Amino acid sequence: MSINQVLFYVMGFTALASALVVAASKNLVRSVFMFFVTLFALAGLYVFALADFVAVTQVVIYVGGVLVLMLFAFMLSGKDTLNNLQQRGSKFITLHNFSAFLAAVLFLIVLVNAILKAEPEKLNWIQLSVQEGQTQTDNLGNIGVNLMTRYLLPLEIISIVLMMALIGAVHLSRKEEHKA
Amino acid sequence: MSMLSSFLFISAGLFCIGLFIVLSKRNAIQVLIGIELMINAAILNLVAFGKYDKLMNSGQIFALFAIVLAAAAVAVALAIVLNVYRQYKTIDPNKVERLKD
Repeated sequence: MSINQVLFYVMGFTALASALVVAASKNLVRSVFMFFVTLFALAGLYVFALADFVAVTQVVIYVGGVLVLMLFAFMLSGKDTLNNLQQRGSKFITLHNFSAFLAAVLFLIVLVNAILKAEPEKLNWIQLSVQEGQTQTDNLGNIGVNLMTRYLLPLEIISIVLMMALIGAVHLSRKEEHKA
Repeated sequence: MSMLSSFLFISAGLFCIGLFIVLSKRNAIQVLIGIELMINAAILNLVAFGKYDKLMNSGQIFALFAIVLAAAAVAVALAIVLNVYRQYKTIDPNKVERLKD
């Protein structure tokens, strides 16, 4: 087992374990910070899939933007709500969320079975790609060229969607002066 | 077990944990975290398969699009959560039943 594989499994384990802590944690702010760990571990996994740019984007957008937004919403949504929520439910699996647990576990079984049956390594195009080997080294430049040529239309559409969403968010969260 | 199936198993696990969080939590922000976990599992799949597409990088590019869309969704969802809190003084999705008073 090479150092690469060891690191890969450490990252994968960290991602799964911290996600479990997010699910189990009673303290809401702590669960947000464990989500932070999950996102960092996922960024590490993206590097193992030769997607450095996606990893950097993940760190910048999720860790820098989304998590700060979440903490901000936490702090704004009142102290008594947080206290009320924290006191309820002392165990991980209660009667209330047993059905959710069951659904998640059954869905996991379905997914694992599907992956085992699909055998993704034996797909045609993946075997071809493995045989070709690592020909392209300029990964980042290739992404840039593709974004500006083949995927130009989705890029423009997404920029418009992003602008609309941000204007909508600002509009929704502004204070209303004239309350009905 | 090869690298590709390991990626797929990890993302399956993350997706199911996200599903559990969405179904069981009583806090809109934690539900949002669960949705983000599910989106991240999907992105991990895209990236894992995109490793074998060296010419067009479609996996990585659509992973980028998915990350940006998730960020936009979080911004809007948190604005809605703040509004809901202002209106109902709670962010438990089970207790938000009326659309308008």
